[in-house]
Amino acid sequence: MGNVVFAIIFYALVVMVLVSAVAAAFLRNIVMAAFALFFTLLGMAGFYVLLGADFLAITQVVVYVGGILILLLFGVLLTHRSIETLELETRGTYVLGIFGGLLVYGVLHYFLFSVSWPTPLMKPLEPTTAAIGQLLLSKYLLPFEVSSVTLLIALIGAAYLVRRRDT
Amino acid sequence: MITLHHYLVVAALLFTIGIVCVISRRNAIGILIGIELILNAANLNLIAFSRYFEVGLEGQVFAIFVIILAACEAAIALAILISLFASFGTIDVDAAQRMKR
Repeated sequence: MGNVVFAIIFYALVVMVLVSAVAAAFLRNIVMAAFALFFTLLGMAGFYVLLGADFLAITQVVVYVGGILILLLFGVLLTHRSIETLELETRGTYVLGIFGGLLVYGVLHYFLFSVSWPTPLMKPLEPTTAAIGQLLLSKYLLPFEVSSVTLLIALIGAAYLVRRRDT
Repeated sequence: MITLHHYLVVAALLFTIGIVCVISRRNAIGILIGIELILNAANLNLIAFSRYFEVGLEGQVFAIFVIILAACEAAIALAILISLFASFGTIDVDAAQRMKR
């Protein structure tokens, strides 16, 4: 019974993520594509919950949906003049893109189905926040600090790049 | 029964959609959307491996670093985009082929 409910939730999330990802990739209106990306990111948070990664699911919602998506929408609204400049794609670029995508998926498909993935025991679901915090402040302290400095540098660099040139 | 293989196939499909988006978009923000899809596919792989193998939480910690770098990348990319728009008046990446104004 539990397995059936789990599978139903899984396939519902699969449909939600893949349909909205296709919409994000192919919708010609870039604002609509950004809104489709919103549903993809929420579905990914759902997958993280299914995989027992509660802290990462919340992080996904806060950082991606609350931060990166808003940044993307700001970018759209700051850089368009009229509606037709938002729709640049032609049929030729899509043909090229789908050809490249088929090539990439062919390689991935070959490896996915030629390797026999082990199906090991499932670990019991536990809260992960405390354990991740311990890891970040002990074993991964240096990467943690480096990434925080990287974030600071990126924000300073972004502010420098968009400064006014004439002042 | 949902196994590791299911998650890997979903991640591969999402990665492919991201690649198609990056190749076929000419709008620079569309390319950014494709990159976000690719990073999410990678994260799904990391977390699925972390769940199904006896390796502790290393995969989830690595996924956190991926999310941090995605935030950096989005901020820098949008800054570049806005100065591109200030220079060329468009965010069509095919129009921005010259190195200087």
